[in-house]
Amino acid sequence: MLQVIKDIFTPVYLPYLLSGFWLTIKISITTVFCSLFIGAALALARNYEPKILGKLASIYIEIFRNTPLILWMMACIFMIRYRNAQVRGTIALILYTSSVMAEIIRGGLNSIDSGQFEAAKSQGFNFFQTMAIIVIPQCLMRIVPSLMSQIITTVKDTSFLAQFAIAEFFYNSKVLLNSLTKYVVLTSRHIFVLFGFVALLYFVFNFTLSVLARKFREKYSAMGN
Amino acid sequence: MDMGPFAAWRWQRLFNDSNIFILGLKNTLLISFLALLLALVIGFILGLASTSSNKALKGVTRAYVEFFQNTPLAVQVFFFYNALPALGIKFSVRAIGVLGVGLYHGAYVSEVVRAGINSIPVGQLEAAKSQGFQTLQALVVVIIPQAIKIMLPPLTNQAVNLIKNTSVLSTIAGGELMYLTNKWVSSGTLNYGPGFVVAGVIYFLLCFPLAYLARKYEENLKAKTTR
Repeated sequence: MLQVIKDIFTPVYLPYLLSGFWLTIKISITTVFCSLFIGAALALARNYEPKILGKLASIYIEIFRNTPLILWMMACIFMIRYRNAQVRGTIALILYTSSVMAEIIRGGLNSIDSGQFEAAKSQGFNFFQTMAIIVIPQCLMRIVPSLMSQIITTVKDTSFLAQFAIAEFFYNSKVLLNSLTKYVVLTSRHIFVLFGFVALLYFVFNFTLSVLARKFREKYSAMGN
Repeated sequence: MDMGPFAAWRWQRLFNDSNIFILGLKNTLLISFLALLLALVIGFILGLASTSSNKALKGVTRAYVEFFQNTPLAVQVFFFYNALPALGIKFSVRAIGVLGVGLYHGAYVSEVVRAGINSIPVGQLEAAKSQGFQTLQALVVVIIPQAIKIMLPPLTNQAVNLIKNTSVLSTIAGGELMYLTNKWVSSGTLNYGPGFVVAGVIYFLLCFPLAYLARKYEENLKAKTTR
């Protein structure tokens, strides 16, 4: 067993694995950040713009929510001529995640009582003031739990990029497994230790996020909402 | 010759090979159906177990749910694909697909079941018990028939996610729609455009009606309970 651990966590392999994890985190942060903005725009359009923009937002959301992410990754990576596969794959992830974010934000917007809109209007607030000062702050508080679980999903979704040779965590661990088969006699123990480690790192990262989400929910519900 | 990604001759090629997409659809349906069945069985068992007062039972279900929800499906499937043969267990790729996707979504179904059961007031369980029902009996006869209404929309959404997630089997040559589409578009004249459009339309036609039904049902349910 000790030999197996020595085979895998060498001074060369371990930094290689961790550099993959770092890319996973970077792609996740980029995706969450961008898709929050696009998602918010889509949600506002679908909810408050009854004409063309609202319809387009609805169509966008329904298309992306009812087709697999891997399909979009393949389409972007194989068909678009822009930068490298990593950028194109991340674009696919952003396009897909935006549709989910849009529905989460819309759920938050819909949970705000319509009386608040009327009250704001009666006080002379215009639409953007109402949104920025009254609706969005409350909406944010309410959607944090589902937002957190979507962030976890996004971190997991980055692993789909492995099949396009993008050097994130899962891809690097696959490469490592491949390279191990060349230099050591591969046993089932190697597979268990390596992928145990991969699963553990994903787990620790995501579980921490989910614990934070739960803490927030408890605090928030304790505030009487 | 028109070399655009959506040129007419590319569609002609796709039409000639339409049996590949039909086979993909069949396999996706079969894998989705079996995986959903597995997910429902696991989900109901774990969901019920998580509402019991037995601490060990609760702990085990919690661990299962947290593990499967916090690690990527792609990693789990790849692990089964490599680890099972190494342990001397011979499963077909399709069976590994059903197992991987089923175990993963079982965790999500279990959370839906738990929330559904918890939404029914405890007094009902106590009342049933006072009438001589055993706990399991009371759950099956009294609680679940009521909870199923609340569980149905999120369960349907899980089915949609499950169908989409079978596409992860394209990484292990799972023979389902995403794999066959990728194989088809990557060979010969690279007909990405028509291939991805057709695959997308097929997935959409499978998922959208389910998602739509779930939403309508939920809206009706809300309208009824708030009236």
